[in-house]
Amino acid sequence: MKQSEFLNVVMPFKDKLYRLAKRLLVSREEAEDATQEILMKLWSKNEDFEKYKSVEAFAMTMTKNFCLDRLKSKQAGNLKLVHSNYGNDDASLQKQVEAKDSVNWVGKIMEELPEQQRMILQLRDVEEYDFDEIGELLNMKPTAIRVTLSRARKTVREKLMQKHSYGIG
Amino acid sequence: MELDRIEKLLEKYLEATTSIAEEKELRAYFSQESLPQHLEQYAPMFRYFSVAKEERYTKKLPLKNRRFNYKWLSIAAMAVLLFGIYFGKQYQEKKEAEYAYSETKKALTLLADNFNKGTEKVAYLNEFENAKQKIYNKN
Repeated sequence: MKQSEFLNVVMPFKDKLYRLAKRLLVSREEAEDATQEILMKLWSKNEDFEKYKSVEAFAMTMTKNFCLDRLKSKQAGNLKLVHSNYGNDDASLQKQVEAKDSVNWVGKIMEELPEQQRMILQLRDVEEYDFDEIGELLNMKPTAIRVTLSRARKTVREKLMQKHSYGIG
Repeated sequence: MELDRIEKLLEKYLEATTSIAEEKELRAYFSQESLPQHLEQYAPMFRYFSVAKEERYTKKLPLKNRRFNYKWLSIAAMAVLLFGIYFGKQYQEKKEAEYAYSETKKALTLLADNFNKGTEKVAYLNEFENAKQKIYNKN
Protein backbone atom coordinates (compact mmCIF):
# COMPACT_ATOMS: atom_id res chain seq x y z
CA MET A 1 0.00 0.00 0.00
CA LYS A 2 1.30 3.40 -0.90
CA GLN A 3 1.45 6.40 1.38
CA SER A 4 -1.36 8.20 -0.43
CA GLU A 5 -3.65 5.18 -0.26
CA PHE A 6 -2.95 4.82 3.41
CA LEU A 7 -3.76 8.45 4.03
CA ASN A 8 -7.03 8.04 2.15
CA VAL A 9 -8.01 5.19 4.43
CA VAL A 10 -6.96 6.98 7.58
CA MET A 11 -8.11 10.50 6.77
CA PRO A 12 -11.83 10.04 7.54
CA PHE A 13 -11.27 8.92 11.11
CA LYS A 14 -7.96 10.35 12.27
CA ASP A 15 -9.75 13.24 13.96
CA LYS A 16 -11.95 10.79 15.82
CA LEU A 17 -8.88 9.02 17.16
CA TYR A 18 -7.46 12.32 18.27
CA ARG A 19 -10.67 13.42 19.96
CA LEU A 20 -10.98 10.13 21.82
CA ALA A 21 -7.35 10.36 22.90
CA LYS A 22 -7.87 13.90 24.07
CA ARG A 23 -11.01 12.97 25.95
CA LEU A 24 -9.05 10.37 27.87
CA LEU A 25 -5.67 12.03 28.24
CA VAL A 26 -6.97 15.62 28.52
CA SER A 27 -3.70 17.22 27.45
CA ARG A 28 -3.53 18.26 23.82
CA GLU A 29 0.13 17.34 23.38
CA GLU A 30 -0.34 13.91 24.84
CA ALA A 31 -3.38 13.31 22.67
CA GLU A 32 -1.42 14.35 19.59
CA ASP A 33 1.45 12.05 20.48
CA ALA A 34 -0.94 9.19 21.11
CA THR A 35 -2.71 9.74 17.80
CA GLN A 36 0.57 9.85 15.96
CA GLU A 37 1.70 6.67 17.65
CA ILE A 38 -1.51 4.88 16.66
CA LEU A 39 -1.33 6.06 13.07
CA MET A 40 2.30 4.99 12.81
CA LYS A 41 1.41 1.59 14.19
CA LEU A 42 -1.35 1.30 11.60
CA TRP A 43 1.05 2.31 8.89
CA SER A 44 3.56 -0.30 9.92
CA LYS A 45 0.96 -3.05 9.59
CA ASN A 46 -1.00 -1.64 6.70
CA GLU A 47 -0.61 -4.84 4.71
CA ASP A 48 -3.24 -6.64 6.72
CA PHE A 49 -5.89 -3.95 6.44
CA GLU A 50 -8.10 -6.30 4.47
CA LYS A 51 -8.27 -8.62 7.43
CA TYR A 52 -10.19 -6.13 9.55
CA LYS A 53 -13.87 -5.59 9.11
CA SER A 54 -13.47 -1.92 9.79
CA VAL A 55 -10.12 -0.19 10.02
CA GLU A 56 -11.80 2.64 11.89
CA ALA A 57 -13.13 0.36 14.64
CA PHE A 58 -9.75 -1.32 14.86
CA ALA A 59 -7.97 2.01 15.15
CA MET A 60 -10.42 3.28 17.73
CA THR A 61 -9.88 0.18 19.85
CA MET A 62 -6.12 0.64 19.55
CA THR A 63 -6.45 4.26 20.63
CA LYS A 64 -8.63 3.35 23.57
CA ASN A 65 -6.22 0.67 24.79
CA PHE A 66 -3.20 2.86 24.23
CA CYS A 67 -4.66 5.77 26.20
CA LEU A 68 -5.90 3.60 29.04
CA ASP A 69 -2.43 2.08 29.31
CA ARG A 70 -0.97 5.55 29.38
CA LEU A 71 -3.32 6.60 32.13
CA LYS A 72 -2.54 3.50 34.11
CA SER A 73 1.20 3.99 33.93
CA LYS A 74 0.75 7.63 34.78
CA GLN A 75 -1.24 6.77 37.86
CA ALA A 76 1.35 4.22 38.83
CA GLY A 77 3.99 6.91 38.51
CA ASN A 78 1.93 9.26 40.65
CA LEU A 79 1.70 11.84 37.90
CA LYS A 80 -2.05 12.26 37.92
CA LEU A 81 -3.26 15.58 36.70
CA VAL A 82 -5.82 17.27 38.85
CA HIS A 83 -8.34 19.58 37.35
CA SER A 84 -10.54 20.57 40.20
CA ASN A 85 -10.16 24.20 41.04
CA TYR A 86 -11.82 26.07 38.25
CA GLY A 87 -15.03 27.16 39.96
CA ASN A 88 -14.26 30.82 39.75
CA ASP A 89 -17.68 32.04 38.78
CA ASP A 90 -18.09 35.77 38.87
CA ALA A 91 -21.72 36.70 39.27
CA SER A 92 -21.19 40.05 37.61
CA LEU A 93 -20.07 38.56 34.30
CA GLN A 94 -22.22 39.25 31.31
CA LYS A 95 -24.63 36.60 30.31
CA GLN A 96 -23.00 36.14 26.91
CA VAL A 97 -19.60 35.44 28.37
CA GLU A 98 -21.29 33.15 30.82
CA ALA A 99 -23.00 31.17 28.10
CA LYS A 100 -19.72 30.65 26.29
CA ASP A 101 -18.07 29.70 29.53
CA SER A 102 -20.69 27.16 30.36
CA VAL A 103 -20.06 25.43 27.05
CA ASN A 104 -16.47 24.99 28.17
CA TRP A 105 -17.63 23.82 31.55
CA VAL A 106 -19.15 20.79 29.93
CA GLY A 107 -15.71 19.74 28.78
CA LYS A 108 -14.33 20.19 32.26
CA ILE A 109 -17.22 18.37 33.81
CA MET A 110 -16.53 15.50 31.47
CA GLU A 111 -12.95 15.36 32.67
CA GLU A 112 -14.24 14.47 36.10
CA LEU A 113 -16.24 11.51 34.87
CA PRO A 114 -14.91 7.97 35.17
CA GLU A 115 -13.07 6.83 32.05
CA GLN A 116 -15.80 4.44 30.98
CA GLN A 117 -18.48 7.13 31.09
CA ARG A 118 -16.20 9.61 29.39
CA MET A 119 -15.56 7.24 26.51
CA ILE A 120 -19.19 6.34 26.04
CA LEU A 121 -20.30 9.96 26.15
CA GLN A 122 -17.59 10.85 23.67
CA LEU A 123 -18.44 8.03 21.30
CA ARG A 124 -22.18 8.54 21.46
CA ASP A 125 -22.78 12.27 21.83
CA VAL A 126 -19.78 13.59 19.97
CA GLU A 127 -19.02 10.91 17.39
CA GLU A 128 -22.61 9.64 17.08
CA TYR A 129 -21.73 5.95 17.18
CA ASP A 130 -24.57 3.50 17.65
CA PHE A 131 -24.68 1.12 20.59
CA ASP A 132 -23.45 -1.83 18.57
CA GLU A 133 -20.33 0.01 17.49
CA ILE A 134 -19.67 1.21 21.02
CA GLY A 135 -20.28 -2.29 22.33
CA GLU A 136 -17.70 -3.70 19.96
CA LEU A 137 -15.17 -1.05 20.86
CA LEU A 138 -15.53 -1.26 24.61
CA ASN A 139 -16.51 -4.89 24.87
CA MET A 140 -19.83 -4.06 26.52
CA LYS A 141 -23.40 -5.17 26.21
CA PRO A 142 -25.92 -2.61 24.91
CA THR A 143 -27.83 -2.57 28.19
CA ALA A 144 -24.67 -1.81 30.12
CA ILE A 145 -23.84 0.96 27.68
CA ARG A 146 -27.29 2.43 28.11
CA VAL A 147 -27.02 2.48 31.88
CA THR A 148 -23.55 4.03 31.80
CA LEU A 149 -24.54 6.58 29.19
CA SER A 150 -27.61 7.60 31.15
CA ARG A 151 -25.54 7.97 34.28
CA ALA A 152 -22.97 10.08 32.45
CA ARG A 153 -25.57 12.36 30.90
CA LYS A 154 -27.34 12.87 34.20
CA THR A 155 -24.10 13.66 35.97
CA VAL A 156 -23.14 16.22 33.36
CA ARG A 157 -26.57 17.82 33.58
CA GLU A 158 -26.51 17.95 37.36
CA LYS A 159 -23.05 19.44 37.57
CA LEU A 160 -23.89 21.90 34.85
CA MET A 161 -26.97 23.01 36.76
CA GLN A 162 -24.97 23.42 39.94
CA LYS A 163 -22.52 25.66 38.16
CA HIS A 164 -25.30 27.43 36.37
CA SER A 165 -27.26 28.38 39.45
CA TYR A 166 -24.06 29.28 41.25
CA GLY A 167 -22.92 31.42 38.36
CA ILE A 168 -26.14 33.36 38.18
CA GLY A 169 -26.13 33.57 41.91
CA MET B 1 -46.24 21.52 20.20
CA GLU B 2 -42.53 21.46 19.53
CA LEU B 3 -41.61 22.38 23.09
CA ASP B 4 -43.54 19.44 24.37
CA ARG B 5 -41.69 17.12 22.06
CA ILE B 6 -38.31 18.54 23.04
CA GLU B 7 -39.08 18.04 26.70
CA LYS B 8 -40.05 14.46 26.08
CA LEU B 9 -36.91 13.91 24.05
CA LEU B 10 -34.81 15.40 26.81
CA GLU B 11 -36.26 12.99 29.28
CA LYS B 12 -35.57 10.09 26.95
CA TYR B 13 -32.12 11.49 26.33
CA LEU B 14 -31.24 11.38 30.00
CA GLU B 15 -32.43 7.79 30.17
CA ALA B 16 -30.27 7.08 27.13
CA THR B 17 -33.15 5.74 25.09
CA THR B 18 -33.09 8.29 22.31
CA SER B 19 -32.04 7.25 18.82
CA ILE B 20 -29.19 8.95 17.01
CA ALA B 21 -31.68 10.83 14.86
CA GLU B 22 -33.49 12.13 17.93
CA GLU B 23 -30.24 13.23 19.45
CA LYS B 24 -29.44 15.09 16.27
CA GLU B 25 -32.79 16.82 16.58
CA LEU B 26 -31.94 17.87 20.12
CA ARG B 27 -28.56 19.21 19.05
CA ALA B 28 -30.19 21.16 16.25
CA TYR B 29 -32.83 22.54 18.59
CA PHE B 30 -30.33 23.69 21.18
CA SER B 31 -28.10 25.33 18.64
CA GLN B 32 -30.64 28.13 18.13
CA GLU B 33 -30.21 31.46 19.86
CA SER B 34 -33.39 31.98 21.80
CA LEU B 35 -34.55 29.19 24.06
CA PRO B 36 -37.21 29.02 26.74
CA GLN B 37 -35.75 29.90 30.11
CA HIS B 38 -36.16 26.47 31.67
CA LEU B 39 -34.40 24.78 28.75
CA GLU B 40 -31.55 27.27 28.57
CA GLN B 41 -29.49 25.26 31.03
CA TYR B 42 -29.36 22.28 28.70
CA ALA B 43 -27.93 24.27 25.86
CA PRO B 44 -24.24 24.19 26.89
CA MET B 45 -24.25 20.41 26.86
CA PHE B 46 -25.46 20.05 23.30
CA ARG B 47 -23.47 22.99 22.06
CA TYR B 48 -20.37 21.53 23.60
CA PHE B 49 -20.84 18.26 21.77
CA SER B 50 -21.11 20.08 18.46
CA VAL B 51 -18.02 22.15 19.25
CA ALA B 52 -16.10 19.10 20.40
CA LYS B 53 -16.76 17.38 17.11
CA GLU B 54 -14.99 20.18 15.27
CA GLU B 55 -11.65 19.47 16.83
CA ARG B 56 -9.06 18.32 14.33
CA TYR B 57 -5.81 16.45 14.42
CA THR B 58 -3.40 18.80 12.69
CA LYS B 59 -0.01 17.33 13.42
CA LYS B 60 1.85 16.10 10.39
CA LEU B 61 2.60 12.43 10.08
CA PRO B 62 6.23 11.51 9.51
CA LEU B 63 5.32 8.67 7.19
CA LYS B 64 8.15 6.85 5.55
CA ASN B 65 8.05 3.86 3.33
CA ARG B 66 8.89 1.43 6.04
CA ARG B 67 8.53 -1.81 4.16
CA PHE B 68 10.82 -0.46 1.48
CA ASN B 69 13.36 0.42 4.14
CA TYR B 70 13.27 -3.00 5.68
CA LYS B 71 13.93 -4.64 2.33
CA TRP B 72 16.91 -2.46 1.60
CA LEU B 73 18.11 -2.74 5.14
CA SER B 74 18.35 -6.50 4.82
CA ILE B 75 20.13 -6.20 1.48
CA ALA B 76 22.58 -3.73 2.96
CA ALA B 77 23.16 -5.97 5.95
CA MET B 78 23.75 -8.89 3.62
CA ALA B 79 26.27 -6.89 1.60
CA VAL B 80 28.10 -5.78 4.73
CA LEU B 81 28.20 -9.36 5.94
CA LEU B 82 29.57 -10.67 2.65
CA PHE B 83 32.17 -7.92 2.44
CA GLY B 84 33.08 -8.65 6.01
CA ILE B 85 33.55 -12.33 5.35
CA TYR B 86 35.48 -11.67 2.13
CA PHE B 87 37.81 -9.03 3.50
CA GLY B 88 38.05 -10.79 6.82
CA LYS B 89 39.22 -13.89 5.09
CA GLN B 90 41.69 -11.94 3.00
CA TYR B 91 43.01 -10.24 6.09
CA GLN B 92 43.26 -13.53 7.89
CA GLU B 93 45.13 -15.08 4.97
CA LYS B 94 47.50 -12.15 4.88
CA LYS B 95 48.14 -12.45 8.59
CA GLU B 96 48.71 -16.16 8.26
CA ALA B 97 51.13 -15.60 5.40
CA GLU B 98 52.98 -12.99 7.41
CA TYR B 99 53.19 -15.36 10.34
CA ALA B 100 54.43 -18.19 8.15
CA TYR B 101 56.98 -15.84 6.59
CA SER B 102 58.30 -14.69 9.94
CA GLU B 103 58.48 -18.27 11.22
CA THR B 104 60.31 -19.40 8.10
CA LYS B 105 62.62 -16.45 8.42
CA LYS B 106 63.36 -17.38 12.01
CA ALA B 107 64.01 -20.97 11.07
CA LEU B 108 66.28 -19.92 8.20
CA THR B 109 68.21 -17.52 10.42
CA LEU B 110 68.71 -20.33 12.92
CA LEU B 111 69.91 -22.55 10.12
CA ALA B 112 72.22 -19.84 8.77
CA ASP B 113 73.66 -19.25 12.24
CA ASN B 114 74.38 -22.89 12.71
CA PHE B 115 75.86 -23.04 9.21
CA ASN B 116 78.17 -20.21 10.07
CA LYS B 117 79.22 -21.99 13.21
CA GLY B 118 79.86 -25.04 11.07
CA THR B 119 81.91 -23.05 8.59
CA GLU B 120 83.98 -21.64 11.44
CA LYS B 121 84.73 -25.11 12.64
CA VAL B 122 85.53 -26.19 9.11
CA ALA B 123 87.87 -23.20 8.84
CA TYR B 124 89.65 -24.55 11.88
CA LEU B 125 89.97 -27.86 10.10
CA ASN B 126 91.71 -25.98 7.28
CA GLU B 127 94.46 -25.10 9.74
CA PHE B 128 95.07 -28.80 10.18
CA GLU B 129 95.12 -29.29 6.44
CA ASN B 130 97.69 -26.47 6.08
CA ALA B 131 99.92 -28.02 8.69
CA LYS B 132 99.63 -31.37 6.99
CA GLN B 133 100.49 -29.75 3.67
CA LYS B 134 103.55 -28.12 5.18
CA ILE B 135 104.78 -31.48 6.48
CA TYR B 136 104.03 -33.02 3.13
CA ASN B 137 106.03 -30.40 1.30
CA LYS B 138 109.02 -30.82 3.54
CA ASN B 139 109.24 -34.48 2.73
